[in-house]
Amino acid sequence: MSVAAAIKARDAAALPGKRDEDWRWTDLRGLIRAVPEPSAAFDGELGPGPFDALAGEVVTIVNGRDAVHITVEPAQSRTVALRIVSRGSGAHAARISIDVEVGGRLILLESYEGDEGGYLSQTGLVFSLGEGASMERIVLAADGAEGVSVSQAEVTLAAGAAFAQTTLTTGARRQRLETTVAHPGGHAELRLDGVYLLSGKRHADLTTVVTHAGVDGVTAQLTKGVVRDQARGVFQGRIVVAEGADRTDARMGHHALILSDRAEVDARPELLIHADDVSCAHGNTVGALDEDALFYARQRGIPEAEARALLTEAFVGEVADRIAHEAARDVVRAWAAERLRG
Amino acid sequence: MTSPSDRKAMLAISDLHARVEDKEILKGLSLEVPAGEVHAIMGPNGAGKSTLSYILTGREGYEVTAGGATLDGEDLLALEPEERAAKGVFLSFQYPLEIPGVPALTFIRTALNAQRKARGEPEITAPEFLKLARATAGALKIDFDMLKRALNVGFSGGEKKRMEIFQMAMLSPRFLILDETDSGLDIDALRIVADGVNALRSPERAMLVITHYQRLLDYIRPDRVHVLSAGRIVASGGPELALELEREGYDKYARAA
Repeated sequence: MSVAAAIKARDAAALPGKRDEDWRWTDLRGLIRAVPEPSAAFDGELGPGPFDALAGEVVTIVNGRDAVHITVEPAQSRTVALRIVSRGSGAHAARISIDVEVGGRLILLESYEGDEGGYLSQTGLVFSLGEGASMERIVLAADGAEGVSVSQAEVTLAAGAAFAQTTLTTGARRQRLETTVAHPGGHAELRLDGVYLLSGKRHADLTTVVTHAGVDGVTAQLTKGVVRDQARGVFQGRIVVAEGADRTDARMGHHALILSDRAEVDARPELLIHADDVSCAHGNTVGALDEDALFYARQRGIPEAEARALLTEAFVGEVADRIAHEAARDVVRAWAAERLRG
Repeated sequence: MTSPSDRKAMLAISDLHARVEDKEILKGLSLEVPAGEVHAIMGPNGAGKSTLSYILTGREGYEVTAGGATLDGEDLLALEPEERAAKGVFLSFQYPLEIPGVPALTFIRTALNAQRKARGEPEITAPEFLKLARATAGALKIDFDMLKRALNVGFSGGEKKRMEIFQMAMLSPRFLILDETDSGLDIDALRIVADGVNALRSPERAMLVITHYQRLLDYIRPDRVHVLSAGRIVASGGPELALELEREGYDKYARAA
């Protein structure tokens, strides 16, 4: 059963857990003994969202809602801020579907905004891109330390469509941000990037599944993480190249910095290749900050704490640099810098 | 004319013993470098040349077991690496580090302003900084666009060395340590680097030029040459000592140590 269905049925036993292969590092079943009461409607003040100034329209969902649907008409260009807000200690789910029709263009600036409540939140998103359509999705996930949050996006691309995503998160008590992409090939382009910046006892899981079904598909994926204290970062990236999906070009990178002895990173990069003529590569590194580079910076006069912040910001900055939308890139950089310098 | 020994030492190292892990590398090294002078340290591989440069700049993992070093009479070894930098100590690294994601200009401006802050001076403004960077890059024949790229990432060995001298000129240190700055340089690059270093020579500054080969000293003329062997200075002399070493090698000093 899905997380959404388990919340609806208030059946904790139906939540995914460590016996499910794809959830073994993000055990909800073992964490949640009983699904909380459904969240009450929230009528307080929310305050501003992180992308309000950048978007022509702001869609806000507080404590779940039945369904939101957005259609970007052919050749139309829109910038939408989507705020998914959790308040209190209840359980809620939301469904969002977005169609970007032929030649349409959408910038989706999505934020997860939690409070200090022990909520259980699930957000299901369905994105469908028509031929030649393009979408850039930028996600800032700022859940609360006691919240449990699951976001699951399913992306279907038509030939010639372009989908680019950058997800940044500070985790939650337990959090999973999942993206599944059906990649048809045929000059469709996909970029799937992520950053996790975790401290305290926070947990973030960035999981992606990309299935290349057609020829000449391109996927570029870069995820970077910084974990400290007793935090735990999970990266699961799977790229499937189906039989006949020749000339697929897929690159996956995951690199994490572990800044304390008790922090943890679990990574599972997977390339499942069933076609012959493909160019696929993945790289995965997990380590500490480069002490030699740190000494070099200090020798030049940069104090240790500032040198650490500079090098760590630069480490994740490579991901932010890949964001095409300039104003959003600045918001993301500032957001990350603030959390790293905390 | 005053002889070197009459001048007050800017850097004074006395009976310095230091080890890395369990291995003693420096075994009673003493050396004085007065302001306004350039001293060369020559020696065979493994003599402790790089260890000396790291001890003076405060790298972790190098333990001083006896003796000391002062800069202008102040205990240098008690200071953090960044504090030494703010006092004007600069090391041109034998193997400069790559700093991914940090443009060279950003790195240097951060360093310069951190040093100024530590000294209680106002920050350099962006226009002033860029003007200084353009003038300095021009003198060192560094393409200005290179300074917008991540520091040293993808740079050739020669470019990295030139970037060290660029940083040196921008930061305007008082005590300069050049660790094997000539390695990896062709003759044209060596000339440019040496011109950059020589431009920094002044009565207020002192330099320690660490090198295995005499070649660099044809371009950066030292006032004094010291031979470092097995962790100690075993001979000192004028520039002619470097030529003798080039002719005869280090064998006799290795035996003396």
